[in-house]
Amino acid sequence: MRVNFTVNGRPQEADDVWEGESLLYVLRERLGLPGSKNACEQGECGSCTVRLDGVPVCSCLVAAGQVEGREVVTVEGLAEFAKQRAEHGGCATGSCGTSLDEARRWESKPQDSHTGEGGELSPIQQAFIDAGAVQCGFCTPGLLVAADEMLERNPTPTDADIREALSGNLCRCTGYEKIMDAVRLAAARQSEAV
Amino acid sequence: MGTTGTPTNLTQGSRTRGGIGESTLRPDGILKVTGEFAYSSDMWHEDMLWGQILRSTVAHAEIVSIDTGEALATPGVYAVMTYDDLPTEVKNYGLEIQDTPVLAHGKVRHHGEPVAIVAADHPETARRAAAKIKVEYRELPVITDEASATAPDAILIHEGRDDHHIGHVPHPNIVHRQPIVRGNVEEAAKKADFVVKGEYTFGMQDQAFLGPESGLAVPAEDGGVDLYIATQWLHSDLRQIAPVLGLPEDKVRMTLSGVGGAFGGREDLSMQIHACLLALRTGKPVKIVYNRFESFFGHVHRHPAKLYYEHGATKDGKLTHLKARIVLDGGAYASASPAVVGNASSLGAGPYVVDDVDIEAIALYTNNPPCGAMRGFGAVQACFAYEAQMDKLADKVGMDRVAFRQLNAMEQGTVMPTGQVVDSPAPVAELLRRVKAMPMPPEQQWLTAGEAADVRQLPGGLSNTTHGEGVVRGVGYAVGIKNVGFSEGFDDYSTAKVRMEVVGGEPVATVHTAMAEVGQGGVTVHAQIARTELGVAQVTIQPADTQVGSAGSTSASRQTYVTGGAVKNSCELVREKVLELGRRKFGTYHPAWATAELLLEGGKVVTDGGEVLADLVDVLGDESVEIEAEWRHRPTEAFDLRTGQGFGHVQYTFAAHRAVVEVDTELGLVKVIELACAQDVGKALNPLSVLGQIQGGTTQGLGIAVMEEIIVDPKTAKVKNPSFTDYLIPTILDTPTIPVDVLELADDHAPYGLRGIGEAPTLSSTPAVLAAIRNATGLELNRTPVRPEHLTGK
Amino acid sequence: MDFLRPASWEEALAAKAEHPTAVPIAGGTDVMVEINFDHRRPEYLLDLNRVGELSEWEVGEESVRLGASVPYTRIMENLRGELPGLALASHTVASPQIRNRGGVGGNLGTASPAGDAHPALLAAGAEVEAESVRGTRLIPIDAFYTGVKRNALAPDELIRAVHIKKADGPQQYSKVGTRNAMVIAVCAFGLALHPETRTVRTGIGSAAPTPVRAKAAEEFLNAALDEGGFWDNGKIITPSVAKQFADLCSAACNPIDDVRGTASYRRHAVGIMARRTLTWTWESYRGTAAHTEGVA
Repeated sequence: MRVNFTVNGRPQEADDVWEGESLLYVLRERLGLPGSKNACEQGECGSCTVRLDGVPVCSCLVAAGQVEGREVVTVEGLAEFAKQRAEHGGCATGSCGTSLDEARRWESKPQDSHTGEGGELSPIQQAFIDAGAVQCGFCTPGLLVAADEMLERNPTPTDADIREALSGNLCRCTGYEKIMDAVRLAAARQSEAV
Repeated sequence: MGTTGTPTNLTQGSRTRGGIGESTLRPDGILKVTGEFAYSSDMWHEDMLWGQILRSTVAHAEIVSIDTGEALATPGVYAVMTYDDLPTEVKNYGLEIQDTPVLAHGKVRHHGEPVAIVAADHPETARRAAAKIKVEYRELPVITDEASATAPDAILIHEGRDDHHIGHVPHPNIVHRQPIVRGNVEEAAKKADFVVKGEYTFGMQDQAFLGPESGLAVPAEDGGVDLYIATQWLHSDLRQIAPVLGLPEDKVRMTLSGVGGAFGGREDLSMQIHACLLALRTGKPVKIVYNRFESFFGHVHRHPAKLYYEHGATKDGKLTHLKARIVLDGGAYASASPAVVGNASSLGAGPYVVDDVDIEAIALYTNNPPCGAMRGFGAVQACFAYEAQMDKLADKVGMDRVAFRQLNAMEQGTVMPTGQVVDSPAPVAELLRRVKAMPMPPEQQWLTAGEAADVRQLPGGLSNTTHGEGVVRGVGYAVGIKNVGFSEGFDDYSTAKVRMEVVGGEPVATVHTAMAEVGQGGVTVHAQIARTELGVAQVTIQPADTQVGSAGSTSASRQTYVTGGAVKNSCELVREKVLELGRRKFGTYHPAWATAELLLEGGKVVTDGGEVLADLVDVLGDESVEIEAEWRHRPTEAFDLRTGQGFGHVQYTFAAHRAVVEVDTELGLVKVIELACAQDVGKALNPLSVLGQIQGGTTQGLGIAVMEEIIVDPKTAKVKNPSFTDYLIPTILDTPTIPVDVLELADDHAPYGLRGIGEAPTLSSTPAVLAAIRNATGLELNRTPVRPEHLTGK
Repeated sequence: MDFLRPASWEEALAAKAEHPTAVPIAGGTDVMVEINFDHRRPEYLLDLNRVGELSEWEVGEESVRLGASVPYTRIMENLRGELPGLALASHTVASPQIRNRGGVGGNLGTASPAGDAHPALLAAGAEVEAESVRGTRLIPIDAFYTGVKRNALAPDELIRAVHIKKADGPQQYSKVGTRNAMVIAVCAFGLALHPETRTVRTGIGSAAPTPVRAKAAEEFLNAALDEGGFWDNGKIITPSVAKQFADLCSAACNPIDDVRGTASYRRHAVGIMARRTLTWTWESYRGTAAHTEGVA
């Protein structure tokens, strides 16, 4: 079957898609966007987390046919996504909770999602590097998408809030301490910027 | 999209020095946060096929027949291969003992053993075709434990063994046996006022690296193959792959792709040979990616173990003797079992002074899943047992548990049970002191300003099982000892190629090794070493491949020591050449060229007094200086096969933990509140990475304490939980804060005085958590992982 | 495999009538796992994501009509007052990502005894709105679960919504798992006090071939509360009553040993959860009663 949808602001068409394929497979193997990772393919690790119409989901559990006509943001588009959010006021008011409904209304603009070039990093990406939250890096893309969305909803999270929001993302290298540091760092920088 | 995604050169430079001792950032960090870093499962090639492996559905059986006809006839299928299609006489592989069939021949020995392989144009086509292969099995009784393995009439897992261990093992279903005997245990036992005996069980842990086994094999025009792969040791893979393919090693060109974690699970081959076979057979690139289910069958696990321990102590708390027997289940194939036996036995006494010792460790061949390397192997299992023993003994003697350990703690100069004198710092008592001195976490952190308890801070977490009812706090301590590097006389070396030249008006160093970067941060440290030794800001780390000599394995806490040592060594050799160049060009301008100790710093040649003699740009000019050299640590010796005596290990490494847990004693649920660690790292080359290693290793130890276990049905030897739904690893809500106190006591034998760090935290974390749970519940708990039914007696 | 993409509920019903073997997929959190792991190859996948009304809910006088695909996240965020038990249960479902996709319809369709929503639905009281081209029917939740991973749906029926009674008293939900998040239930327990009818209802998950109520326990507790005048006097429930209730809840289990836990542990844990949730709900009821009635 054929599937048309938008990824990181750019219209995409995938052809000859087998009906059992997941969104993850289509992103990775058909659209040249392997940033979303294939760690468990059963919704138990969060490595494939993307935003589907604004909502963080495991792309391994979305059937390719279900994304027809919908908007997907992957880690490759995260920097641009964050930049646009900041430009649109984003969290500047401090009351930036985003409901599922609001999230669904978000629209992205095209950028070069294939090379990721022209790219500054989003605050959460920079914080992951600075805090030493990246080791093997396989969990990183999913964690970034999930953490970015959490900070969008809750710009001043407690440690327990961070842990709850990221409880669907497994990491096997870091023991999570540096990931906690990274999210705290991104939140602190975000509030300083206000 | 028409090209292979190959790893990019990692360039990093900065105005800061960025040398050793600084927390410089990963050179691959940006690629990893933008999703561009190419892992082995991300490889893609025009016209590539997908490989699929058909695995045995039973654990032990004769293969009566294999019918591939229907599979081959499936549209979209390019090749189906079985044992009969293997191209050469070399049909087995293995790290030390080549006992593992590339594809099953006549017999399968464990659940999930590869039987046939398929290449097709889509993964679903390959899966459907594999499902059409008809394999007829005649099932055999399964051997699952020591009793069934060593019974007089036991079926031999491997008939006609001719490996170098068969001569000294008491039964052919024992891979290797290592006794460690010192002093006179029977006499010493008479001096004991207190004796503690314990029988301990250690469950089968999975590495559970997040990036499943995967890779891409591309057939080349010269008849060879290019393999993009995630592994821990490229050259070890190469040595095993090439003979099976019938190719000389230089025609199997291997490039390290991004590795999604390893932890020992990528020391053995997985899909490497299968992908190459299919690529060479079809003439097309072949990609194989395991899913999580298959990954549980695709790599070896941590050896489950039974450990029998007897310790004695005098009434003033000094250890008198140790008798121990450690039975490790190696499963169907040898993998790293001999080395695991060596570690378990030689480190079986732990970091304690005990002169009279009788330890025996064995690894079994069974029909259980093959077991091999995982972080801290051998030492992890032993630590769980001896630390439980220490608590019991301290209680019997009537001493504080930490004080008892400190009283018996080894130190520099202590003689190990192997007769080896510990010749570098061994601050065991100090680590315990430090970890005990850390402030305790506050009580009842679940209490909130409002009425409701914050369940996220309680055992059971979001599942809302308690609001404080039944919750009891416990505290436990543990300390462990691990060897660094490959031991027992192994020629453990690494190779580094370092080049220095002027690029864009700046001096640049290029470091090329075959070291597998699996996340540990070796690439960061190599750049730091090059900056320190060569005084440059810009360092390029080339992708790891087999175009340079072996870097050994990324395991045994050895890479910073050995490949780091090789990079340092090659840098020093390059520096000498650069200085020679400088002397030739500028020696006449300043006497210091001939007389002073010269350094390379900040892009310049300087004297040890700090006087600048020349810019490196001018010294190098158009020339480039390149050295490829091997570097090895001081040699070790094999253990005597009867007594276990010998200088077996090049370095020891120590960590201590204090665990604070809260246990819902009614439901048997555990929340680890804090896992404090103190570790001696010799020298922290990159402090941030050091913390990451310690915290990550600690968390893996937590996992085996309270949740992680591959469950094998004892009746069928089949794996019952090969998924992330039922093999649980800690989430961020299960993982506590992990404060770390790093001690830096230099080991004068090692580069920069550093000590390998990756494994030690995984040892003591588990027994510390168990001790804390025992402290909270009053239960004996002689097995790990501890499950709710163990805590509730139900 | 065919992928059916109905644009409306009517089209979905027509497709299901034409292809009764079609497997509905909404959140995908069960179906896609089975496909990814090669455990299932349905002839047809019937995508319900484009049927927008399945993701909506209506709060009525007596009950909430909850669309089958309303994500658990929405239930947690929006229906904590009306459906406190289900909201608590929703919070225990897997991970944030899964809660953003999965809904009660999927739990009911799969009818796994480990589904997190079931004990809450049993305790609150609910009816499943099943529909086919033949018409609509409401299946009482007590009659819905017919066996291990089997339910009362006809092959041509789809779940449109669940009608769940609005809470008229405190509700609680507990689930035992061997991890503090993202875990499948070893066993689970839901409890709802219904002061209007002066009854209690329970639900037990993962401790029998199907989700079940502990009816003997409910009857015992109803009688004990009635006899002691507890609903009126708001006294603390005596430990002996709580213990008897817990024991009867344990006795309502018919569990198995599996990789997630032993049968005897499940019985034990259900008893503990029954006692604790009774304490929590009753304390809450007493507190509310004291507050509204102005009695110290």
